[in-house]
Amino acid sequence: MKHVLESVESQFEMFQILNEEGKIVNEDDMPDLSDEELKELMRRMVYTRVLDQRSIALNRQGRLGFYAPTAGQEASQLGSQFALEKEDFLLPAYRDVPQLIWQGLPLYQAFLFSKGHFHGNQFPEGMDALSPQIIIGAQYVQTAGVALGIKKRGKKAVAVTYTGDGGTSQGDFYEGINFAGAYNAPAIFFVQNNYFAISVPVEKQSAAKTLAQKSVAAGIEGIQVDGMDVLAVYAVTKNARERAINGDGPMLIETLTYRYGPHTMSGDDPTRYRTDDLNDEWEKKDPLVRFRTFLESKDLWSEEEENKVIEEAKEDIKKAIKEADKYPKQTVTDLINNMYDELPPNLQEQLEQFKEKESK
Amino acid sequence: MAEMTMIQAITDAMRTELKNDENVLVYGEDVGQNGGVFRATEGLQDEFGEDRVFDTPLAESGIGGLSLGLALQGFRPVMEIQFFGFVYEAMDAINGQMARIRYRSGGTQNAPVTIRAPFGGGVHTPELHADSLEGLIAQQPGIRVVIPSTPYDAKGLLISAIRNNDPVLFLEHMKLYRSFRGEVPEEEYTVELDKADVKREGNDVTIVAYGAMVHTALKAAEELEKDGVDAEVIDLRTVSPIDVDTIIESVEKTNHVVVAQEAQRQAGVAATVVSEIQERAILHLEAPVLRVTAPDTVYAFSDAEEVWLPTHKDIIEQVNKVMNY
Ligand SMILES: Cc1ncc(C[n+]2csc(CCOP(=O)(O)OP(=O)(O)O)c2C)c(N)n1
Repeated sequence: MKHVLESVESQFEMFQILNEEGKIVNEDDMPDLSDEELKELMRRMVYTRVLDQRSIALNRQGRLGFYAPTAGQEASQLGSQFALEKEDFLLPAYRDVPQLIWQGLPLYQAFLFSKGHFHGNQFPEGMDALSPQIIIGAQYVQTAGVALGIKKRGKKAVAVTYTGDGGTSQGDFYEGINFAGAYNAPAIFFVQNNYFAISVPVEKQSAAKTLAQKSVAAGIEGIQVDGMDVLAVYAVTKNARERAINGDGPMLIETLTYRYGPHTMSGDDPTRYRTDDLNDEWEKKDPLVRFRTFLESKDLWSEEEENKVIEEAKEDIKKAIKEADKYPKQTVTDLINNMYDELPPNLQEQLEQFKEKESK
Repeated sequence: MAEMTMIQAITDAMRTELKNDENVLVYGEDVGQNGGVFRATEGLQDEFGEDRVFDTPLAESGIGGLSLGLALQGFRPVMEIQFFGFVYEAMDAINGQMARIRYRSGGTQNAPVTIRAPFGGGVHTPELHADSLEGLIAQQPGIRVVIPSTPYDAKGLLISAIRNNDPVLFLEHMKLYRSFRGEVPEEEYTVELDKADVKREGNDVTIVAYGAMVHTALKAAEELEKDGVDAEVIDLRTVSPIDVDTIIESVEKTNHVVVAQEAQRQAGVAATVVSEIQERAILHLEAPVLRVTAPDTVYAFSDAEEVWLPTHKDIIEQVNKVMNY
């Protein structure tokens, strides 16, 4: 009788390229990125950090609606998205709005999503994505379907999805990776492990030592990666994408990361379940700090450049929130019209009633 | 007598039953140390220990299945679904399994499970948080659906639900959690399940409602009084099964009925109420029974929910229609 758990678990080690001090510790896996691309990665992380700060402020002023903070998770979110192509299909969760933005969702629409307006979910032509999923895990099974469809169509693309550590407890999580494995479909499954669901720590979600190892049961590749290291996340995603497109099957990627802010802006108080010490420990691993150090050591980044990005982001945000504010308010008549291809009689009647009500 | 919000009354009911019966367990996502996202279980883990009040992994189907399992070991689970919109994840565990266990075991096994969940509109939540999905469970035989509208009822009904030997879904309208306080005895008491309550007596028209719509109906009744219409407001409290006797008694007196619910016209329980009335009291009716409901779309995006949700003005409009029929 052989017990294999310990030996299987010990195989899952955190993949890293850039350490906390901003030094390359893994030359062999260094991705092939031009100086311009490296700078673009930094630009996006800085821009997204500003967007997060401004979104929190706007939310506090009552000018935004639902918002899930992203600071701390930039490397995990943007390093992965940076490895994708326009033809890839994105299935994000509620915290993954930045990936949608960098995949092509205009900022004012991201704000409309927050404000609870359906136009936030109407993607521009040519952008393949689903709007952020609220039901934890639902997007995982759908990803298997999108990926199988991509395979059947013979497209050179992948379906990419995200959930959190909490999400890996859902049945949909297991079904999604298992289906994708069974069909050898081109899917990439991210688990952004920020160590807490809302308040529940990852140790209480599962007895598994890593979340990446859950791939083993589905018969697919899995890897754990330093989610504060943008180069590592990029390299792993690039590899997963190549494999998937070459028909080598789906991959489960666990990124170890942290959200500095509350779970969402709807009343969560992280001091009830996290300590300042833990926050400090993670701030030392900050993805922007370490990547900045790395870029500065190569003379690729400066304070002026960073300030320019910050100003640019603030300017864009100001414009976008104005545009979102003046976008026509949605009516119940709109909602009724969006229910079916052909409006059934009950809704035709209700449409008339609401037309009258809303014209007053 | 203490003044409590509805959420305090709910916490108080759970504390009472945790004290009374060591088989009572309280659990769900974030209900432990965090005290639940609405703080409904605030302080309970400190008071009763992690053995009895605990966090679960994030999986509603898992929580539902766990509850049936624990019930089979003699426990009396009080499980929370963090927002009722997530019930779709647990539909098999609840309707497919828990509600059927007494029946399929030939009466030898049962599931004394209480499922608590916040729901209800008007608080600007993301998708699938506010939906009135009570109708999905109301049409499943084997499980009761209870929806309180006041702090007093909430405590008494929740204690009854926990003590009941069959599964009970206990839905808590988010808008009522902290919007007002009401008198709640500090000692234990129960409010009977399967019994409606006349929240306002009147002679001209009966308005049947449940949950937050009870307050909307009471507001409508106040305005109607100014126009000389004396409305009776019935709070169903248990929406499945419904208390037909209380409704029919009122209908025989007023001869006019409007049924109001926050759920869509094709959902909820209003249609059942209307059917029972016309089958049992048609000769007492002076007008058709009219409904006030939300339209038949998916729950409104939060930016449009104020227009989408039924208001007291909609109730007044329908009352005027039945009065002038
Ligand atoms: C099916 C379902 N259950 C519960 C929730 C409520 N909820 C929203 S986020 C969350 C925690 C999610 O944690 P995790 O998957 O780790 O993602 P993170 O928020 O940390 O990014 C919970 C319980 C939900 N949205 N959907």
